Amino acid sequence: MAVKNFVVGLFDDEAVLFPAVKKVRTAGYKLHDVYTPFPVHGLDHAMGLRESSLHTAGFIYGITGTTTALSFMSWVFNADWPLNIGGKPHFPLPAFIPITFELTVLFAAVGMVMTFCWLCQIMPGVKKHIFHPRQTDDKFVMVIELTEKTNAEEVKSFLTAAGAHDINEQKAEAGWWFGRFDKDDEPYLRKIQTANA
Amino acid sequence: MHLKYESTLREPLVDGEKDYHQVTEDIISPIEGKPGKLWYVGFFISLSLLGFGAFSVFWQIYFGVGVWNLNKTIGWGWDITNFVWWVGIGHAGTLISAILLLFRQGWRTGVNRAAEAMTIFAVMCAGQFPIIHMGRVWMAFFILPYPNTRGPVWVNFNSPLLWDVFAISTYFTVSLLFWYSGLIPDFATVRDRAKTKLRKLLYGVASFGWTGSTKHWQRHEALSLVLAGLATPLVLSVHTIVSFDFATSVIPGWHTTIFPPYFVAGAIFSGFAMVQTLLIITRKILNLEQYITIGHMEAMNKVIVLTGSVVGCAYLTELFMAWYGANPYEFDTFFKYRAAGPLGWSYWIMMTCNVISPQVFWFRKMRRSIAVTFVMSIIVNIGMWFERFVIICTSLYRDYLPSSWSYYRPSWPEVGFYMGTFGLFFTCYFLFAKYFPVIAVAEIKSILKTSGENFKEKMEVYEDQSDEKFAHDVAHAH
Repeated sequence: MAVKNFVVGLFDDEAVLFPAVKKVRTAGYKLHDVYTPFPVHGLDHAMGLRESSLHTAGFIYGITGTTTALSFMSWVFNADWPLNIGGKPHFPLPAFIPITFELTVLFAAVGMVMTFCWLCQIMPGVKKHIFHPRQTDDKFVMVIELTEKTNAEEVKSFLTAAGAHDINEQKAEAGWWFGRFDKDDEPYLRKIQTANA
Repeated sequence: MHLKYESTLREPLVDGEKDYHQVTEDIISPIEGKPGKLWYVGFFISLSLLGFGAFSVFWQIYFGVGVWNLNKTIGWGWDITNFVWWVGIGHAGTLISAILLLFRQGWRTGVNRAAEAMTIFAVMCAGQFPIIHMGRVWMAFFILPYPNTRGPVWVNFNSPLLWDVFAISTYFTVSLLFWYSGLIPDFATVRDRAKTKLRKLLYGVASFGWTGSTKHWQRHEALSLVLAGLATPLVLSVHTIVSFDFATSVIPGWHTTIFPPYFVAGAIFSGFAMVQTLLIITRKILNLEQYITIGHMEAMNKVIVLTGSVVGCAYLTELFMAWYGANPYEFDTFFKYRAAGPLGWSYWIMMTCNVISPQVFWFRKMRRSIAVTFVMSIIVNIGMWFERFVIICTSLYRDYLPSSWSYYRPSWPEVGFYMGTFGLFFTCYFLFAKYFPVIAVAEIKSILKTSGENFKEKMEVYEDQSDEKFAHDVAHAH
């Protein structure tokens, strides 16, 4: 978690956004993120993000479910309490399939959703800085991080040339914190308030 | 030029001159306003039904399962009928959200949210029946394989009834996760445009702090795709396992291998009918006719006529096998006590509602008529309820020993319990329609520029030009 300075620009149309992302990358600015109201296909590639490995995680969770179900049921029927059920075998594999399948799906789904929340750092009570309230409505919000080497004015004129509007500079917490969306409670603001009081 | 392109021959999925902001306005603003009079009337009717249901269940638990009209011959009656009926209804939601996602059917975006909500509420209703049916509900946790002080004596993993426990609970959990992960970005949309503090706070919590970061969207897409891939075999497995409850027994009329596909088709059939019933009302009351278009309803009616015919085929196959199989008990069950006999009327209601009447949907005019669709959706649900009743009761009421033959009609706590689940279902649905985005806002936005009416019109230029030029322009677009 760190407080950083950002230049924020709004785009109305994906068709303008894509070339702008490309320009930002060639110009060598530090692209913090692009916030979009819906998944824009190909934007992750344009930004140079690597593919998500969530599928692999899902596969591992699924296999865990399969082995849990199979080993548990065979342990119960063979080792813990071998019970004669109508003379049926103690390892009736076909009869184990439904539960094995269900647990595979259950483990994979629950595990993946939890991993997803973990990776994206989202959960009830978590708050993050919203650069523009319409980034979840209709605007594509490009956020460029300011380092010692970047000149804010230069980035602003660069974004204007790339087709952005409502360009502004924001000082914000880059990570997440526990907070409420009905209050301005960014951790660094709270520190300033307690220092003033 | 735009990379997105879809043939103009396809009907637009979003009518009217919409841009992204207008989509948000149209779908989110009902959440922000006060509900209308109709909402309150509907909500209180549902609540009172729920109350009556709770009283009926209390009555049954207090006096025991004997207050139901079940007897030694007919051990499963309305309770299991309703269980199978509700589970089946749930299936359409998963079909729309998962299977149609894998098949890349754009029209699912208009209806998937409400359909998935329906799935979850329907499964909630369904789950009550087997639990209450146990009689001593306070012992219900015995169905879970937990280490206990009785040995531990474990549950029987060979039993289809136990498979059901796993299937239904997994189905509920996965549907809920799928539904909620789709809701997170939309809750963030509600949060960021909220004017009141309370709304900001509550939707802030519900949205998990979602920002719309590109990386998060990428993961979200990956998650949705894999969850869809998991939910697809899951939904087929759930009704398959429900059908195993019957098919693995040796009761004539139940002991058939056709049951799994036949049950799954029937489940999708009744589920789509319920989606139609709900959405025809929802689109009207919330003014969402431009998002849930006649085209959407036509697509669902096509599924209804297909699955209805599959079910019809299964009925005929059953009859054929009862004759061809030369098993006298099965022959009697089908030809003397199902299609005829004291409960024969229920068989013919089933046949009329499920097989004969949906055939009107072969006509385009009928598929696109709201009135016909609405009436048909209710007829199909009645028919599918009777299908389960027929399967359960007409196989049981004439068993091997004529002295045990019996007849069955429900007692008031059975009817009350069923009414109560309607109350639960609609109470949940009314709350959903008021406080949740009824249409997946983000998903509609992602298809808007290929399938929105005003964007399609712009594509007419490309219809006339050669494929080579189009391909060349796309390749050199940026």
